[in-house]
Amino acid sequence: MIRVVLPSHLRKLVQIEDELTLAVEAPVTQRSVLDALEAAFPALRGTIRDYNTQQRRAFIRFFGCSEDLSHEAPDALLPDKVADGSEPFLIVGAIAGG
Amino acid sequence: MSKVRVLVGTRKGAFVLSADGKRKNWTVDGPYFAGWEIYHVKGSPVNPDRIYASQSSGWSGQVMQRSDDGGKTWNPVGNQFPYDGIPGTHQWYDGTQHPWEFKRVWHLEPSLNDPETVYAGVEDAALFRSSDGGQTWSELSGLRNHDTGPKWQPGAGGMCLHTILLDPSDPKRIFIAISAAGVFRSDDAGSTWRPITRGLKSNFLPDPTAEVGHCVHRIAMHRSRPETLFMQKHWDVMRTDDAGESWHEVSGNLPTDFGFVIDVHAHEPETIYVVPIKSDGEHFPPDGKLRVFRSRTGGNEWEPLTAGLPQENCYVNVLRDAMAVDSLDACGIYFGTTGGQVYASADGGDTWAPIVRDLPAVLSVEVQTLA
Repeated sequence: MIRVVLPSHLRKLVQIEDELTLAVEAPVTQRSVLDALEAAFPALRGTIRDYNTQQRRAFIRFFGCSEDLSHEAPDALLPDKVADGSEPFLIVGAIAGG
Repeated sequence: MSKVRVLVGTRKGAFVLSADGKRKNWTVDGPYFAGWEIYHVKGSPVNPDRIYASQSSGWSGQVMQRSDDGGKTWNPVGNQFPYDGIPGTHQWYDGTQHPWEFKRVWHLEPSLNDPETVYAGVEDAALFRSSDGGQTWSELSGLRNHDTGPKWQPGAGGMCLHTILLDPSDPKRIFIAISAAGVFRSDDAGSTWRPITRGLKSNFLPDPTAEVGHCVHRIAMHRSRPETLFMQKHWDVMRTDDAGESWHEVSGNLPTDFGFVIDVHAHEPETIYVVPIKSDGEHFPPDGKLRVFRSRTGGNEWEPLTAGLPQENCYVNVLRDAMAVDSLDACGIYFGTTGGQVYASADGGDTWAPIVRDLPAVLSVEVQTLA
């Protein structure tokens, strides 16, 4: 199971209070995790990735194992510890807005 | 006994303010969608329990919400607003062409006869319609694809379609307004459109009487006279009596004719309200005095309404969607400020009192009159 932590504004949107877990088949990538996340929570569609381009929204970041994964290719493998569930995949609201 | 429900959109959430018909004692519920920008919240005139809300954030873009119980509970609905075909370009601030890009929903206009149908005015300017309660949205692309589309340009707040008026006497007639393109009318339910700007004059344009490019801030209609529209333009308060075929200025004795809001009394179609703002560069009331101006003559002759409003050191703005009227007798008038106050008058504007004083900056105010 993959562990995912949403930023607080998206936790409120889908009404969850803590991290969530998702079943994701290998290979575990940004795309496969986000596809599974949006399938489980359709309200998240368009809020993390742009609807049309499927690109990460400008002020959303992806972290894992203390590394910024935001600029990795969508189909690049995520770190092993994220893939085996020992570390969470963090979706973060960048320091922006107010 | 009658009740009113005021729907307030703010920079950091939505609030629902409720009172009985006396409009003296208010209940404040919210914030809903705390932390998100709520550009607009509006209920269906057919089913007042059906309310739509536009929710957005810089992080996560556009979300749409729907309530089926009068705002007590909400559920996300469809938030995909695909432009029809290849979007093309419009004019950018520097005069170059810029691709149309969806940013947010500014205004929601529920159908007058079907609670499942709702229109959305968006930035970059386009009109969308949903016929399934907001689950899916389709563009009425005849508007954006009008020949003048490449000449449209954003105002300071973005290129937003912010006003949608549905003609209660003709279901095929729709008026919309865009900053800074102007005002358009469709007579075929949104398939085709034409600018209705004859009589508008905007000195910031190379051609002040150009067909498009006018920064229309708001238009308002009384449902008994759908051919008469009132407009608060960037500068100038305007009026048409022929559904936009020609406009004439009715600014009259206003202290300044810049402003954002304009609305019409629920029972007196010649009684209109504006909140004058000092200038395009100074978005606050003249002399630090927050005054609503009322005309009982359809414009030109205006009286200041000050009772209960701050008359010194007030430097808030009142944004274009932040005024509404209820349909009780006497008519209630409501407006919200960028300082977080929502003011109400239960006597047609003669006297005012704040319902709340310290909300986040108010973006929109709507009111529902409930049996």
